[in-house]
Amino acid sequence: MIEFKNIKKSFGDKVVLDDVSHIMETGKANLIIGQSGSGKTVLQKCLVGLFEPNSGEIIYDGHSFTDMNVDERKELRQQIGMLFQGSALFDSMTVEQNIMFPLDMFTTKTFSEKLKRVNEVLERVNLEDINKKFPAELSGGMKKRVGIARAVVLNPRYLFCDEPNSGLDPQTSMVIDKLILDITREFNTTTVINTHDMNSVMEMGENIIYLYEGKKEWTGNKKDIIFSDNKLLNEFIFASEFLQDAKDMRMLEARGKISDDRDMGKMLKGDKLD
Amino acid sequence: MLFFNHFGRYILMIRGMFTRPENMRMYWKELMHQCVEIGIGSLGIVIIISVFMGAVSAVQTSYQLVSPLIPATTIAQIVRDTVILEFAPTVVCIVLAGVVGSKIASELGNMRVSEQIDALEIMGINTKSYLIMPKIAACLLTIPMLVVLSMVLGILGGRLAGTATGIISTDAYDMGLLMNFIPYNVFFALVKAYTFAFIISTIPSYYGYYVKGGALEIGRSSTKSVVVACVMILFADYILAALLLDKS
Repeated sequence: MIEFKNIKKSFGDKVVLDDVSHIMETGKANLIIGQSGSGKTVLQKCLVGLFEPNSGEIIYDGHSFTDMNVDERKELRQQIGMLFQGSALFDSMTVEQNIMFPLDMFTTKTFSEKLKRVNEVLERVNLEDINKKFPAELSGGMKKRVGIARAVVLNPRYLFCDEPNSGLDPQTSMVIDKLILDITREFNTTTVINTHDMNSVMEMGENIIYLYEGKKEWTGNKKDIIFSDNKLLNEFIFASEFLQDAKDMRMLEARGKISDDRDMGKMLKGDKLD
Repeated sequence: MLFFNHFGRYILMIRGMFTRPENMRMYWKELMHQCVEIGIGSLGIVIIISVFMGAVSAVQTSYQLVSPLIPATTIAQIVRDTVILEFAPTVVCIVLAGVVGSKIASELGNMRVSEQIDALEIMGINTKSYLIMPKIAACLLTIPMLVVLSMVLGILGGRLAGTATGIISTDAYDMGLLMNFIPYNVFFALVKAYTFAFIISTIPSYYGYYVKGGALEIGRSSTKSVVVACVMILFADYILAALLLDKS
């Protein structure tokens, strides 16, 4: 569990995070959603210590990250895996070397043991026979999967994903979402995901925090979103007419007004229901 | 104010490198990798520059010595002393500031922009220590070796050009090399080499490590790092000459 209380962060005069508090639960996909520039990435970078908040407290399973010294933070970070927006794979290393890097740095395993572990995680992310390829030779989706493999190779307790679907087609996005969700359940990690992809929100949103201009505007789960009357959230989530229609249908369906596909067709055409 | 801001961050970067390595074996591997990249990688350009530098200085010295009263051995002495005192340490290091410096700045800049440095930080690795220290150590190890090699090749280049153009015989050249030789000059050249090696590695590291933005900024910071490193080399060259060659 990761708890953060009253996080404030500003760059010069610009306040990016203003008094944000929330609890990220273990074994769940915790989503931070919001428009571009709403402070999602800054919040995530504050949580992992890449940015120092101006005030507030971050607590990892009862241990205050804010009060930790450099060595204690280094120790904790070995339990953190992170998937970056651009995958952040090391260009000069092969896929195998990329995934093996944390093992080389922090374990005393033999080469064959490390190779076995690399192959295990590669298999887990459904990638095979790419050990000797360089990141430049991989597609966007493959890079993300290698990024996930590197993030989980040390069995982290906390997994952070910064816009895991950016630049991917909807089908590949779903594969990545499912993979993150499966890993979260399988290894019981506290997973924190930054996204503004609505498919991801509806697929994975077990604990969602919506940021608006640096403030926590709304919190709930994917079911709550449909019935939320928060104007700002609705404008963000159901930005397109298609999604607005989908929401209306879900609400009518839930209230029992749509009985079959025929009614749904009428609804889409804009006809009145019987 | 901007200067003090940069200087303060530069000092903090250097101070931040001195922590206990997470895994000594990995640091050693990185150091060896950098030695190959910087040392072996620059070997070709150093050989070419050094030979031609010595050859040109022999020909030009001979052109300027018009008096028949000055013996031909003087050409060898002048070539030897200019190569040892200035050409090998300073000119080679200015070239290396371009070759090695731009490589260091763009490598670190690319790692920063593509979040590779953040990825290392998240793993719990001190990136200043893991990425910058091996580069500085590799420069301090290999650049003085390249400077010594440059001295030898420069002198040999002068000998080759001297005999090829008929300016001076090999015997006269060799005799000239041994006349009035001051070993302190080699010590002075090595002091310069170590100082310049530090400048060549730390200034581009600073500009690359703290780059912000995208590909354009990487290019800009790389160019800026080379310019600043070259100016600092020339400035340090003067300071060292004033301090170490003062006869009063």
